[in-house]
Amino acid sequence: MDYVWAFLVGGLLCVAAQIVADGTPLTPAHTMVLFVVLGAVASGLGLYEPLIQFAGAGASVPLPGFGHALVQGIIQESARTGWVGLFTGGLAATAMGVTAAVLFGFLAAVLFNPRG
Amino acid sequence: MAKASQSQTEAYRRQQKKAKPPVPWARNLFWAFLVGGLICTAGEAVLKFFMAQGLRADQAAVPTSAVMVLVGSLLTGLGVYDELVRLGGMGAALPITGFANSIVAPAMEFKREGWVMGVGARMFQVAGPVIVYGLVASFAVGLVWFLVHGGTR
Repeated sequence: MDYVWAFLVGGLLCVAAQIVADGTPLTPAHTMVLFVVLGAVASGLGLYEPLIQFAGAGASVPLPGFGHALVQGIIQESARTGWVGLFTGGLAATAMGVTAAVLFGFLAAVLFNPRG
Repeated sequence: MAKASQSQTEAYRRQQKKAKPPVPWARNLFWAFLVGGLICTAGEAVLKFFMAQGLRADQAAVPTSAVMVLVGSLLTGLGVYDELVRLGGMGAALPITGFANSIVAPAMEFKREGWVMGVGARMFQVAGPVIVYGLVASFAVGLVWFLVHGGTR
């Protein structure tokens, strides 16, 4: 059942993004930025964690999950270290994804050539 | 240069709108749902793998994101992911694999502009704004949370 909810929730988040990209003047890049911000706001309002509990990777893999991870990292770190955590918590929580993306991006540039 | 009058601008906009092909809504939304849903289902399998190693769900989400980024990067390098974006639109762009694609594709593309100002700078064409506004928004949200809940600590 977990897989079904991951599929449905993840798919519906992408449909929502597709509606924004097709129905407004926003480009796909604008839409990606918008959904990260929406994820951060929903996380602060306590709305995103229940979605993660319910849909697992269906909520954590799409970009709003990135906004959620940033906010939860900040909240947890600032509860531990005070205002310093506001600056350290976000990137610390998302460091693995961001570092992996930059590292693999560089390696792909070394190993592969673009088509056409 | 002469400035276009208001009416000229309006006429241009109207013409442009007419020239744009209508959006194939049903097809776009169907493929966005299918591609996005399948990528998240694959993510769920990776998440379950790390949870089976004894990680809590929130802990397992961290290596899961890295594995999904690796897969997205590899498929981009092989030229497969750009096809997936063409088919699935935001269904391929919104998952973290699409975030990886937005870094890897320009990194490869702008190699010809050099390793520093080409690869190094251009790989953040889309990821840069995502990280900038993600950090700004999450800082604002975290600050409000801190002032409301944690300020007394």
